[in-house]
Amino acid sequence: MVDMALSANAEASAAAMSRTKVLGRLRARDLVFRHLTRAAAILVLIILSGVIIALIEGSLPALQAFGFDFLLEERWNPVTEKFGALAPIYGTLVTSFIAMLIAVPLGLLIALFLTELCPMWLRRPIGIAIELLAGIPSIIYGIWGLFVFAPFLQRTLQPVLIDWFENVPILSSLFEGPPYGIGILTASLILAIMVLPFVTSISRDVFEAVPPVLKEAAYGVGCTTWEVLRHVVLPYARVGVVGGVMLSLGRALGETMAVTFVIGNAHKVSASILAPGTTISATIANEFTEAVGDLYTSSLIALGLILFVITFIVLAAARLLLLRLEKRVG
Amino acid sequence: MDRYAWRRLRNSIVITLSIGATALGLGWLILILGSLVYEGLSGLSLAVFTQMTPPPGADGGLLNPIIGSLILTVLAILIGTPIGMLAGTYMAEYGKFAKLTVVVRFINDILLSAPSIVVGLFVYEILVAPMGHFSGWAGAVALALIVIPVVVRTTEDMLSLVPKELRESATALGLPLAHVIRYVSYRAALAGIITGVLLAVARISGETAPLLFTALNNQFFSTNLNAPISSLPVVIFQFALSPYEDWQKLAWIGALIITFAVLALSITARALSASRKSP
Repeated sequence: MVDMALSANAEASAAAMSRTKVLGRLRARDLVFRHLTRAAAILVLIILSGVIIALIEGSLPALQAFGFDFLLEERWNPVTEKFGALAPIYGTLVTSFIAMLIAVPLGLLIALFLTELCPMWLRRPIGIAIELLAGIPSIIYGIWGLFVFAPFLQRTLQPVLIDWFENVPILSSLFEGPPYGIGILTASLILAIMVLPFVTSISRDVFEAVPPVLKEAAYGVGCTTWEVLRHVVLPYARVGVVGGVMLSLGRALGETMAVTFVIGNAHKVSASILAPGTTISATIANEFTEAVGDLYTSSLIALGLILFVITFIVLAAARLLLLRLEKRVG
Repeated sequence: MDRYAWRRLRNSIVITLSIGATALGLGWLILILGSLVYEGLSGLSLAVFTQMTPPPGADGGLLNPIIGSLILTVLAILIGTPIGMLAGTYMAEYGKFAKLTVVVRFINDILLSAPSIVVGLFVYEILVAPMGHFSGWAGAVALALIVIPVVVRTTEDMLSLVPKELRESATALGLPLAHVIRYVSYRAALAGIITGVLLAVARISGETAPLLFTALNNQFFSTNLNAPISSLPVVIFQFALSPYEDWQKLAWIGALIITFAVLALSITARALSASRKSP
């Protein structure tokens, strides 16, 4: 309006001209910036599809050579160039399963402690300390597991387990063989410690999202802490806890360095969890730089593809569950 | 036992277990840090920071892997942060309600937890194989791919926390959105975004898996990014699994350095975000 009123004045009209110019420049810059940010967002999508395409392309020779058998064969022979992924897949699933079996109850109990029992002033320090466990790099768990934890298990827990279950029909094969120290069980225990902070912090967050009124009502009619957890908090937080558990499972499945140190790298499916085994990620980490020949390299990339597909499904399911929860809360 | 006593008993069992679990978690942290200090501190000396990695049996330090790690980390942050911030900006500002945002958020969350070894394989396929040799650039790109999701996530979260009244008043002055974002949103969210970048640094400084077959390793001092370059995590991996005791000792020292650097970074990041929330 001011511009129009002053437009008779020559000086002001020059000002108005430069003003539209400036405005135009600002608009142009805005447009550039908008497209730049949009391109960056699209780049994230390109990265994901790039990963999938590159892995598929790299694993084609192996998949063509072995077909569906690749998933079902236990053999892994670089000399005759016959490869099968059964042992790594088995190792990955079993170690992650045992790790979750240990980490989930522990994580839920710690979350219970942090939300219901712990004095206020201690909550933050303890919460941070548990989360620091998640900050320790994976390779540190590896070196610690190899030099401290595995020898410790070899001396204490493993002989005891072998003794205990020696004469129990089915369990005896589960705890069979000499105590190596390294092996499936050791890797599982290390994984359990590593995913514990994830389970804990997500459980704590969903526990805290339970409306206090519900808990107070339950305490008010005389429920114990356990009963409040069991009948009020857990049912309310169920979806979130399951989402958190699956997110942690995704982490456990893909964990590489810590497992590589303590798994023993044996391409073998054994019934005993004390025996050395291997996982997908450990196989890749150990053998990729030494792989000679296209088929060997390609088989390792195919292993990577399988790992990525498994974790993608687990993580996507976890995210969908957590999204559903957010919608309900928000 | 009557019903009431049984309920009390069951409750105390759960409470005991709960306290026990917390003690176990904390104990484990102390145990790991304790053995790191026990094994690593005695060997920590100036020589570690001034000498090259030695052949087995000789004296040496960790100078080349430390320098290599610093170079790779800085490069990865320089590549990853702008991309991550731009993408996060789109999601929180321009495309808040766009379909693209929903999809990118979902994919980004998956990339955030995707196995890092797969990132290594990807970079091997697109950079190392075509170029025909391992290189520092490939390592930096692999680490940058891990930085991006972290920065995208924190940028989006932090920008979403900026009150919309701030943006509205700036817009009401006639500023185009790019200016509103630069002079209002970014300034309000700065501490949070820096926290995210620090967390990303903490995350990649310990990453080993994506470097194994991208940057590989180098026994000698090298800052040439077109050649294999040494990095602390890979040296720890190699030395710890070697049969030589002095190499294993160096691996422990390296582990001690990395862990305390990472913990210091994440505590700083937490302190930053806490000081922002409390006033």
